[in-house]
Amino acid sequence: MCLAIPGKVLEEFERDGMRMAKVQFGGIVREASLDYVPAAQVGDYVLVHVGFAISTVNAEEAEHTYQLLEEMDQLTELDAPVVDEVSARKPQ
Amino acid sequence: MKYIDEYRNARLARSIVSEIRRIQTRPWVIMEVCGGQTHSIVKHGIDRLLPEGVELVHGPGCPVCVTPLETIDKAHAIAAKPDVIFCSFGDMLRVPGSHGDLFTLKSQGADIRVVYSPLDCLKIARANPEKKIVFFAIGFETTAPANAMLVFRARQEGAKNVSVLVSHSLVPPSMTYILQSPQNRVQGFLGPGHVCTIMGYREYEPISERYKVPIAITGFEPLDLLQGTLMVVRQLEKGTATVENQYSRVLDRDGNVTARKLVNSVFEVSDRKWRGVGWISKSGYKLRWEFREHDAERIFEVKEIDTNEPAICISGQILKGIKKPHDCPAFGTLCTPLTPLGATMVSAEGACAAYYAYGRHLDKQKTAAAPTQVGGIA
Repeated sequence: MCLAIPGKVLEEFERDGMRMAKVQFGGIVREASLDYVPAAQVGDYVLVHVGFAISTVNAEEAEHTYQLLEEMDQLTELDAPVVDEVSARKPQ
Repeated sequence: MKYIDEYRNARLARSIVSEIRRIQTRPWVIMEVCGGQTHSIVKHGIDRLLPEGVELVHGPGCPVCVTPLETIDKAHAIAAKPDVIFCSFGDMLRVPGSHGDLFTLKSQGADIRVVYSPLDCLKIARANPEKKIVFFAIGFETTAPANAMLVFRARQEGAKNVSVLVSHSLVPPSMTYILQSPQNRVQGFLGPGHVCTIMGYREYEPISERYKVPIAITGFEPLDLLQGTLMVVRQLEKGTATVENQYSRVLDRDGNVTARKLVNSVFEVSDRKWRGVGWISKSGYKLRWEFREHDAERIFEVKEIDTNEPAICISGQILKGIKKPHDCPAFGTLCTPLTPLGATMVSAEGACAAYYAYGRHLDKQKTAAAPTQVGGIA
């Protein structure tokens, strides 16, 4: 029910005094109200819930979070046991 | 970045799980509050990826589930009236009341329509000026701005034939209610990312501080859920209790101030009853007096309805994280999504319905055994 999906703002228009947009989700384009995201612009990704954009996705924060995960992944690989001359003789 | 696919990366998921396994020294019980998160967790098998000592229990954050049976019966009584067009999100149509569901009523000739957005009701109202358009305004904080906008615009346009039957719940009072229960098992929370997109997370800080529970406001994709779990486990292991924001790409501490302003002008906080749980003080919204002309409960006088829930159903304990679907003798036998007996089976986001949808009723006998298969993440 609280499902909200990120989509790209393709174009803006006005209808009945509301600021509306065409928003692309993968291969699907739907209309959404931009009234709750006054700063959103064409090209931004917005999070849409029941026909309303409720947030603009922050690209920098997304990159940052993802980078942290990538770093953790690299550290996990570093966690693998070091095989030296002593440990090589023992079963792991 | 498209903000979906990259958050389903199996390699990164495995590395988060290894990190959780590396730092975990004691058993912990963590609740995801939101029904959308429950569905995603069960769909992707996130709970089965985690080390055995990190248990996820499923919270009350499914608005369809916790809508009281009395309200559903009220909706059905209104929808059955010949001069009414009853509009609803699709999720509510199959939820049984005391006498059938909205689909049954529709098949008997009632004009019931599924809408994508509450604003669709205004179009329907313009096209049918002789009819009364009633929208079933259910939801948590995430949906409140959309529902509030319908009421606001109906008044602005003078659309007197538009009204709403409100059944709105708020997350923080339900968390406090769970933490105050003498049987409480929950030690940390994955906070509801989309609720906090609107509300921000300031109101979660006093909960975390007072009850000494870490809370990670979390998104809905597999990596979000795993990373949120890691944040909570890290805090539990360190003995800290603060609110962290895993979902920073979407929300900040203040949430959506513009949306909240409109919500607060249309709704005010009220006590409300949660199906399976009971009354929780200041845990819902009702329409403000200024909007009473659009309040379906005032327009349609429906008598107080007495309802009885089946005694066998343990959904109240499941919603509080005390029990799980497999603990119920009726799960998957007497109680299925086609014949739901209580709150957690009536919607796809309820814990019982999610377990059933992904085949977990089939391993009911095997639950004591350790899980062997992890699936779902591409």
